[in-house]
This record gives sequence, structure tokens and C-alpha cells, in this order.
Amino acid sequence: MKLIFESSEKGRVNSSQSPVGHVDVSDIPASLLRAKSPALPEVSEMQAVRHFTKLSQRNFSIDTHFYPLGSCTMKYNPRACNTLAMLPEFLGRHPYGPETTGQGFLACMHELQEMLTTLTGMTATSLTPMAGAQGELAGIAMIRAYHDNKGDEARCEILVPDAAHGTNPATAVMCGYKVREIPTGQNGDIDIDALKAAVGPQTAGLMLTNPSTLGVFDRGIEEIQQLIHKAGGLLYYDGANLNAILGKVKPGDMGFDVMHINLHKTFSTPHGGGGPGAGPVAANEKLAPFLPVPMVMEQNGKYFWATEKTIPKSIGRLSANMGNAGVLLRAYIYARLLGKEGMKRVAEFSVLNANYMMHRLKDAGFELAYPERRATHEFIITLKKLKEETGVIAMDVAKRLLDKGFHAPTTYFPLLVPECFLIEPTETEDKTTLDNFIEALSDIAREASENVDKVTGAPYTTPVRRLDDVKAAREPDLAWSKQGARD
Amino acid sequence: MPFIPHTKTEIEQMLETIGVSSIDDLFDEIPTALKSSGLDGVPDTLCEMEVSALMHRRAKEDGQYVNFIGAGVYDHHIPAAVWELTTRGEFYSAYTPYQAEASQGTLQLIYEYQSMMTALTDMDVTNASLYDGASALAEAVLMSVRIKKKTNRVLIPGNLHPFYKEVAHNIVKNQNIFLDDVSFEKTSGHITIQSLEQANLEGVGALVISQPNFFGGLEDVDELTNWAHARDLLVIAIVNPVSLALLKPPGQWGETGADIVLGEGQPLGIPLSSGGPYFGFMCCREKFMRQMPGRIIGRTVDLEGKQGFTLTLQAREQHIRRSRATSNICTNQGLMVTAATIYMSLLGPAGLMKVAQRSHTNTVKLVQTLTSIDGVERVFDRPVFHESVVRLNVPVPDVLRALQAQGIVGGYDVSSHFPDLGNVLLVCATEKRTDEEIENYAFHLERIISKRRLDPPCAVKANQT
Repeated sequence: MKLIFESSEKGRVNSSQSPVGHVDVSDIPASLLRAKSPALPEVSEMQAVRHFTKLSQRNFSIDTHFYPLGSCTMKYNPRACNTLAMLPEFLGRHPYGPETTGQGFLACMHELQEMLTTLTGMTATSLTPMAGAQGELAGIAMIRAYHDNKGDEARCEILVPDAAHGTNPATAVMCGYKVREIPTGQNGDIDIDALKAAVGPQTAGLMLTNPSTLGVFDRGIEEIQQLIHKAGGLLYYDGANLNAILGKVKPGDMGFDVMHINLHKTFSTPHGGGGPGAGPVAANEKLAPFLPVPMVMEQNGKYFWATEKTIPKSIGRLSANMGNAGVLLRAYIYARLLGKEGMKRVAEFSVLNANYMMHRLKDAGFELAYPERRATHEFIITLKKLKEETGVIAMDVAKRLLDKGFHAPTTYFPLLVPECFLIEPTETEDKTTLDNFIEALSDIAREASENVDKVTGAPYTTPVRRLDDVKAAREPDLAWSKQGARD
Repeated sequence: MPFIPHTKTEIEQMLETIGVSSIDDLFDEIPTALKSSGLDGVPDTLCEMEVSALMHRRAKEDGQYVNFIGAGVYDHHIPAAVWELTTRGEFYSAYTPYQAEASQGTLQLIYEYQSMMTALTDMDVTNASLYDGASALAEAVLMSVRIKKKTNRVLIPGNLHPFYKEVAHNIVKNQNIFLDDVSFEKTSGHITIQSLEQANLEGVGALVISQPNFFGGLEDVDELTNWAHARDLLVIAIVNPVSLALLKPPGQWGETGADIVLGEGQPLGIPLSSGGPYFGFMCCREKFMRQMPGRIIGRTVDLEGKQGFTLTLQAREQHIRRSRATSNICTNQGLMVTAATIYMSLLGPAGLMKVAQRSHTNTVKLVQTLTSIDGVERVFDRPVFHESVVRLNVPVPDVLRALQAQGIVGGYDVSSHFPDLGNVLLVCATEKRTDEEIENYAFHLERIISKRRLDPPCAVKANQT
């Protein structure tokens, strides 16, 4: 498909989109002005509408396809959440407008804070982090502030299991920590002996996802938390997989001290092709004084922003404003639609769907990574045998699934399991869709033994066939020709 | 059951396939002691109609105001097509484009975005977005320290947005990186070579230049850039993307241009919405691209030689490099970039120029009108883009409260950040503000300052009760 720049014609202007009225910029010195106008496209409104509509049609999305991407929680995004978060009063409110111009909005935020605090079993929640990774950054910075506050500066290490998301070790480094990796045992739980050997007076904390990215609930969690706490360390909960236990188990009850929640996963705010997300951070009594600001507080029925003045030990601001307010509103609306009972059902039905798929796939001859374990809201199959027998690798199967009308599961993550698919159906999919997916996967396995090329050549029906990633990296073409932007 | 499609029969069939008798059995690996005690504090479910009524009520409580406030977030007109298209389910509900063949729409769009941002800034490379302008500054500081290996200090202008400085400090301090203030000139509000000369350059790797500065004033960017480059410092430029239709792009500052460019993307078609979601943008010279944080899209070909787009240079990122990544960022602000790309396409170079010029013209008019009132004066004498600081002869919070009663958000109270400046207010008039609105603002400001009361109802009094 053509780039929008290729439809551009010099001198074409959308006068209806441009402001009218007198202009005068003569008071700005010429040396500060732009000499030549930027090479932005010059297209009509209709051309733009067609172009971007057609582009959108070149995407898979939840609204069009089953999207069982493990660890990403691609559940349905209710339309009401979008419509109601986009009421003109919400959209038109300036972030630095007086609090009296935002009592309705702040009430929603305050209630959301309270709900998240309850659901996580923590003491307080700050909504400000703008994505999961920023929530992690907040949490680890809080752990650091806690130790520093006690004058305990010898703690220089964060423990991270080898199955963790890449954001965990990257975050620890951003907070000035060294990372020590902890191996996973045969059964998918953390290797407790290795953990015992690693914990010491240098341990600032442990970052853990539970259920883990291996799709299992770590049964040793009580022992793990005792070990870490006994050594003076703290526990960080990566909320990426909260969907599996929402309303059933609270991270605070498991002994975690601080955590983030990915609202774009568990609370169904849209992924938007890569964000925006929201990663509120919740903490127990020990760490709550260090939460990032601003937070919403209430006094005599009036809501206000609490800053360092009220929360003096806070790690401070992480955004020039208050975070991804519009995402938080969508999450609030979703939470109100679900209510108390709906929260538990999220966990129940996402776990039901995953276990159902896991059993059906096992029956269809696929190898499970952890056959003795229950699935949580997701599970792993390994296509190692298929590769040995036919040469077809997990990526081939992923691409062939696209032809069958399904988005591929997460492939090659976690790195521990060879040729793996991490499959997460979510609670919003119906049984027939799951059955169809299982059938498609079985068809592909059959194709692989009958006609290897058919599978390794996939996809065929997508807007492009397989792309040359090596060329993309070796000869980076990262922007349309800049000709004309500079004299 | 909200958003759960299962029928009773299907549930039974599924449980039978799994070989358990109830859904509860599926949680049997979780130690019993850990099972949730209850969810008191989470309200009962509401249906869509009830939630809709609730949200409309809350929205009404917020009300609607005429904004003369900016401070980094600007109330521009957003063409109707921008959000009509952006909220199409295919954009709205897609994931990060890891499976390129199933994500060509998002990928091509981001490539077009990258092309527009590099054109606007006249830089070589841009990423696919960061969270917001302030956190983008933190990432730029970290990037500069990676490039200038033996440094751990960056010079920050004293007239930078105070929250940008706070955020950058909060994010980089744990890696022992320091931000050193350069003071601004008192009568002009801008950064001079003289004040830069006061700085101790030991361990310093970069200079941050904000164009315009927090007070709306324009800096002598050529001079500052050349000064920094002559001392082997990188130049980190913070710019307003709308201003770049009118102002010299950072790629052309001084002899060789800025090295890293960042800013807040909100003015490009993103609504104010109480602070977000917005997006941060970041551009750099080609030689630094492997130090850039965040996602980058490249154009390539498929196995039939057809043009296609894919995530590239991923060896910088956390999902590949883990603890050695350039940043921990994963999810960014993709949908906001979608809106910005559509916004820039609809406006084109001429439209964006008109937005910039008209905002400037309106602001000049606003400042002239307000400063003709007794007790209101301009604070700095530099030319501005679309924002300016005025000093009042009465405390700012009282004035803002009284203006609010008239449906006006009158500006940003700068006094708390810069107490030395006295009672100062940062005001802005984008292209959306009409002559009538400006005159109405001036009418009420004059009345409030001279303590004349409207009758009835009395604005100030109404607010106190």
C-alpha cells in the first residue's frame, strides 16, 4: 500500500481543518524562524480518511480476530468504556486546572484507587505510572527509597527469576541495582535451593510474577516470601498475570510488599497497537509512604491531589501530569460494569478457558510444557517434537495460524521452553472460538507432516508475506525520504 | 455475566473435558491459606445504562471552561476525523505489532509518523513514542550518558518546566546522574552565554535547551547550540511540535544542529483529558540511533519483494537484551501516535503553520489586552511562541478562583515554582480562543483586580460559600 506521502500534492490544503483569522509573526526574529516548511503530506480530508481506514484494515485486532497472546491478556475492550471516557467534559479538562474543575473525574480516580487497593490486598495505590514498566520502575525505586531511608545501603542486588519479563531486569538496572537471575525448577516453580543460595544481606528484593510466565502458580510462594523477608529484602509483584487470580488471591496476602497492575491487561483498557497502558502501583503499610505522586485524596467530600507536601517520603513524580488519566477512566468504567462478582469471574473463566484448551490440545497430540500442572489463565505447549519430525518451527506454525484467521500466541517466550507457544485465551472468548483454534492448530500439525513447504511458506493471506528482518536491521530505512525538509 | 459468553451447558462440557467437577477445582494448586478473604470495598455490578448515567453525572460535575492555560499542555482544535479513525477497533484493540504480517496497518502508520516527526524536527531518526515529554527528558539524559561514557551530569536550564526537571531527576538519580541548573536572565527569562559560562563542566556531557522555555519565551538556540558543541557537549532539545511549523527545527540549530530532540506530543491532536494519555517523542542523529530507547519501525520487503514494515533494531530493547537494554520501556503510547499522525496528515504543512501562527497572534493579543489593565504587567521582554508570563498586583490563586466562577481557567500559577518572581501567571491563547473570549477574560480580570463586584451573583463570594 502506498505511503500517505505518495498521495501528497504540493499546494493541497484542507481549509476546513485550518484556523481562520489574521496572523502576524513579525515580532519573532527571522533567525529563529523556519526557512522551509516541513515535508508533511498534503492530502484532502477524504484522502486521509481513506488512507487510514485502509491501513486499519491491514491489522489483526481483538475486534476482528481471536488474539490468544500469552502474558498480554487480549480480552474484549467494552465500547462503553471508550464512549464514556470521551465525554467532552473529561476530554476538555486541563491537567493543571483547579481541582474544583475536576471533582467528577477525581471521584472516579479516588474510587479506582480504593478498588485496586482492595483487590491487591495492599494499603494504598498510586495511579500515576503510565505503563507496566513504569509501575515496575516506581516499585523498585520505592524499595530503594525504603532501604535508603533506613540507612541500609549495602543492598545492591535485585533477584529476578529466569522466566521473568525482560522489563524486570531492565527496571532493576534503571534503579541502579545489579541483577541476579534465579533458575526455575523442573516443575515450573522457582528453584528454592538456588534462591536460598542467592539471598543475603546484599538482597534488596525479589521481583516475581505469580502465576509466572510459565503459566503456573508458584506453590512455594509462602516459603519464598519468608526467605526474602527474613534476609531483610522486599517482594515486588509483577501484575502482568493478575487476570488469573483477580478476586481469588490477593498479592498482599501472598506477602508481596509492592506491585503494579497492568490496567491494559486485567482491566481491559485497549492496547492501541502498543499503548497507552497504565501501571498503577500498590503498596503495603511498609512501602505506602514512598508511593509516587500525585495521588487523589478526599477530605470533607472534596477531592484533591496529594503531593510531596502530604506524602513527604514519596519517590516523587514520574510524569509532568498525573499519568494516563483517560486510560484510568476506562479502567474505572470497566470495574463498575464488572462489580465485585464480575472481578472473581474474570479469574474463574480465564482459567476455565485456558485449562479447557490445554486439555483439548493435549488430547490432540500436542506436548505440554508442564503436563502435571494446572493451567492458570495461560499455558505453554512446546513444538519441539514437531520440529524434530518435520523441520517446522514454532514461528512457522504462528505464521500459518494467521492464514487460518487467528492471531498467533506468544512465541519463543519464555526462553526456557524450546519452540514454545504461550497461549492465553482470556475469559471473553466463547467455547466455539476455542474449538476452532484447536482445530486450526491440529490442521497445521497435519499439514506439517504432509506438506512442509505449505507451512514454512506461510502466511499467504496477509497483506504481506514473511518480511526480511535482516535487511530491515542492516539497511535501516526508518523514515520516508527527507528530501525537501532541509534546504 | 458481563463480558463472559459461556452458557451453562458449555461450562459443563468444558469442566468434563478437563475432568473436574467445578471451576473452583482449577484453583487447587493455590495454598488454601492464601485464598481471598473478600472484596469489601468493590461495589456491586452496574449495567451499562447505570454506568452511563453515573459517568454523565460525573462529567457534568467537572463542567466545561474556556482555557487560557498551557504550561506544556495545549488546548488546540482537533479535527473530527482524528478520533473517529483512531478509535476504529482495528487500531484501538490491536496489540504491539510483534507479528508484523498481521500488523501492517499499525506498522506502516508508525513509519509514516516517524517520517513526519523527522521532517518536523529535521532529525534523522525517531522512535515510536515514549510515555510523555517529561519522561522522554529522563530517557534523553540517560541516552546522553551512554553516548558520553565518562559523564554523569547534564546542564538543565532554570527556565525549564519544573515538573520535567523533577521527573527527570526522579528517574535518573538512582544511577548517580545529576542535573545541574543554569540560571536564567532575570529581565528576559532566557538562558544567556554568560550564565552558561558560570557552570562547572566537570563530568558534564550534555546541555538541555528548551525552545520555547517554560515562560513561553524564545531562546537564542543557535548561540546556545554552538556554545555546547564547542565544549564537546551534546545538545538535548526540548521542543513543542506545533511550534516547529513556524520555528527553526532543532536539526538546524547552530552549525550542526541538536543531537537528541524530545518533547510532548499532546499538541498534535491529543485532547487535554486531565493529563493523559499523551505521548513523548524522541529523535536523534543517525549515529546515535543504537542508543535510542523504545521501539523503532523499519521499511523492508517481504519474500516476494513487496514493501512491508517491521519492528527493527530490537537488540536495544528489554525483551531481547533484558538487563543490558537501553531502557525498560515496553508498552508505549501507540494509539496517541495514531491520532498525531492523522492530525498531521489532515493539517499538512500549511495547516500546522496556520495553527502555530494563529496561536502566536492570539497570545500576543491576549498579553497586550491583559497588560493594558492597571496592575497587570509583562514579566519578561523576550519574544514568545504562544505563552507568556504576566505579573499581577494581587495573589494569583484568588484571581484564578474568581475567574473560574466566570467559566474561565485563567492560566497557570507560576508563583509556587518561582517565588522570586512574585504574583505571576502563565497565560496562553491557542488558535481556539476568539477575540470575544480574550476580551471577556480581560473584562473580568480588570474587575477582579480592581475589586469591583458583579451583581448578582457575586463571583468571589459565590466561591467562598
